[in-house]
Amino acid sequence: MQSKDSMDKHTAQTERAVPEVVITARPVLRADRIRQALLFTASAVLLGLAIFAAISLGAKDLTVSTVWSAVFHYDRSLMTHQIIHELRLPRVLGAAVIGAALAVAGSLIQGITRNPLGDTGVLGINAGAMFVVAVSFAFFPDLPYGTLIVLSFLGALMSTLLVFGLGASAPGGLTPMRLTVSGAVTAALLGSMTSGIAIYFDLSQDLAFWYAGGVAGIKWSQLEILAPILLIVIAWSMGLARSISLISMGDEVALNLGLNLRRIRLLGLLTVVVLAGLSVSAAGAIGFVGLVIPHIARKLIGVDYRQIVPLSALLGAVLLVLADLGARMANPPEELAIGIMVSFIGVPFFLFLARKERRDL
Amino acid sequence: MSRSLGIGDTRTKKAWLVCLVLAGISFAVLVLGLNTGTIRIPPLRVLDTLFGGGSGRDHIVLFEYRLPRIAVTVLAGAGLGAAGAVMQGLSRNGLADPGVLGLHAGAALGLVMFVSFFRDLDGSAAVLIPLFTFAGGVIAAVLIVLLSYSRNRGIVPVRLILSGIGVASGLSAITLYWSLRLDEDTYAFTARWLAGSVWGRDWIHAAALLPWLVIVLPYVLSQTRSLNNLSLGDETAAGIGTSVKRQRLLLLGAAVALSSASVSMAGGIGFIGLIAPHLARRLVGPMYQHLLPVACLVGVVILVTADTIGRSVFQPNAIPAGVVVAVVGAPYFLFLLSRTK
Repeated sequence: MQSKDSMDKHTAQTERAVPEVVITARPVLRADRIRQALLFTASAVLLGLAIFAAISLGAKDLTVSTVWSAVFHYDRSLMTHQIIHELRLPRVLGAAVIGAALAVAGSLIQGITRNPLGDTGVLGINAGAMFVVAVSFAFFPDLPYGTLIVLSFLGALMSTLLVFGLGASAPGGLTPMRLTVSGAVTAALLGSMTSGIAIYFDLSQDLAFWYAGGVAGIKWSQLEILAPILLIVIAWSMGLARSISLISMGDEVALNLGLNLRRIRLLGLLTVVVLAGLSVSAAGAIGFVGLVIPHIARKLIGVDYRQIVPLSALLGAVLLVLADLGARMANPPEELAIGIMVSFIGVPFFLFLARKERRDL
Repeated sequence: MSRSLGIGDTRTKKAWLVCLVLAGISFAVLVLGLNTGTIRIPPLRVLDTLFGGGSGRDHIVLFEYRLPRIAVTVLAGAGLGAAGAVMQGLSRNGLADPGVLGLHAGAALGLVMFVSFFRDLDGSAAVLIPLFTFAGGVIAAVLIVLLSYSRNRGIVPVRLILSGIGVASGLSAITLYWSLRLDEDTYAFTARWLAGSVWGRDWIHAAALLPWLVIVLPYVLSQTRSLNNLSLGDETAAGIGTSVKRQRLLLLGAAVALSSASVSMAGGIGFIGLIAPHLARRLVGPMYQHLLPVACLVGVVILVTADTIGRSVFQPNAIPAGVVVAVVGAPYFLFLLSRTK
């Protein structure tokens, strides 16, 4: 155990968890393998069902055969086929990809910061994206939507580099705790500047709508760019997962095993920025997916990020597809903001977890 | 023993000195705040008017408009500073502030409920706004305390932080749901309030805030020993003879009362509760008998300055004090972070 200064509570908490990890590092039993295979199959089936339900349910309920033929034998002249193909399919697939991306980003952050409460908000990603959007609304109100998305991604990238730079420049280097603190404060700063701009230029509600976001507006043209990038980066994250597992066991363990900590942290953070930054730019700030899903995955499958990352991807996709469906169905024809729906599902679960927390920080 | 006493004495002297200096700065900032605005009144005339002289117009501007607002700012600044210091001691977390307790989220929900149901902000119903925000804040805090209460250990600090995050997110989601349905003007008012623009500007608001500070602040100041003990950790505190469960609950109640009252009059100002205790700790060290009064005064200086800057520099749309506080406070905090090990 290293010295514990008053700030280093999160680290202290996970340090205590290390022996647990070491104990479970036994030969993988066959029962474990079967259990893992079952979990992955069940999640994949769940995702399939969720996607199917989300495509067929809505303002116009559609039958199984119509959905099937619309997807696989698209006929432009049929109205129902058009609804499915042009409106629901990109939206549902967008929700799935973005849900997976946010959940994977969350799990990487929790591994890197060794903080089971970490989420992408920690890096100031949402705050950076929002700030740039606010500035564009105020000074360049006529920018096309596509440009705005690119700009908001750049904002996310900048704020992350700022947080990372501030954390790394301090004496003692980039500790997980310092990353968390500088992220929280940077987010507060950018958030305040955003609301200052919004108030001065009377833009508050426009920004709130952008922020509440959602996947309703996602079109094929966006999805064709978004989906391949996100899927490739998710696949790349799975390659990173082994090193993240080692980092999550503590600096000393990772160093003893010959890991280049700085390099892995930087790569991990860049991966997170691409995943979360693109998602936020396309769908607004959807909180809680990145926090809750990795938690569930860890409870279900254990501490190895090689399994946590892919399971998070599947479950994140399920959650967002269902949340989007719920947001559409709650009070038609109006739509609820998807972030609200995610919070309604996520908060009770999170409070349940908090209630079970026995350790002291 | 004698050595530690000696250090205690110099510390006390230093704390008095710091308090005096801060009180001086507060007074200067107050006078400055009184003289700036759309109608400028020179500092000497401000003083003159305060002591009975001055023209009728100066009299009205000062006594009807600026003084009540500044009184609210002073009281809220002190309340937020003290509440933040208490929270950090209780949770043993230097990052805790009343926002952790979901107070702001609760107060915001109260406000959005109010504007959704009453719609008009100028009518007589507007007097009820502080009532709604206060109730929202207290309900959120009670909810979080219930969630983090354990039969054996009382309030568990880690649960306090976790359920704080959870409840705040849930309440914010409900707030977002309601606020997206508001018309544009009402929403603009709400956004301004949330960003921490000083809202109460009549004598009645200052009068409503005063009793909370007059009653709760002396209580908190009388409990500095418990705070010192609690910040050492549960076991140590119990060993010294503090009744951990009871003290923590009482002090938490005091922090909730102080910050809910302040937020209900001054709007959702977040950063002061975080930064005032930090500054105070750097100035006079970690002992609460020194830290607490200094944190109050720092809170006053920050909030009055921020409000004055916000309403005089940015015309015609005044920037809320909360934004000014964060824009100045956050870089300072980051600077500290980059220098400490």
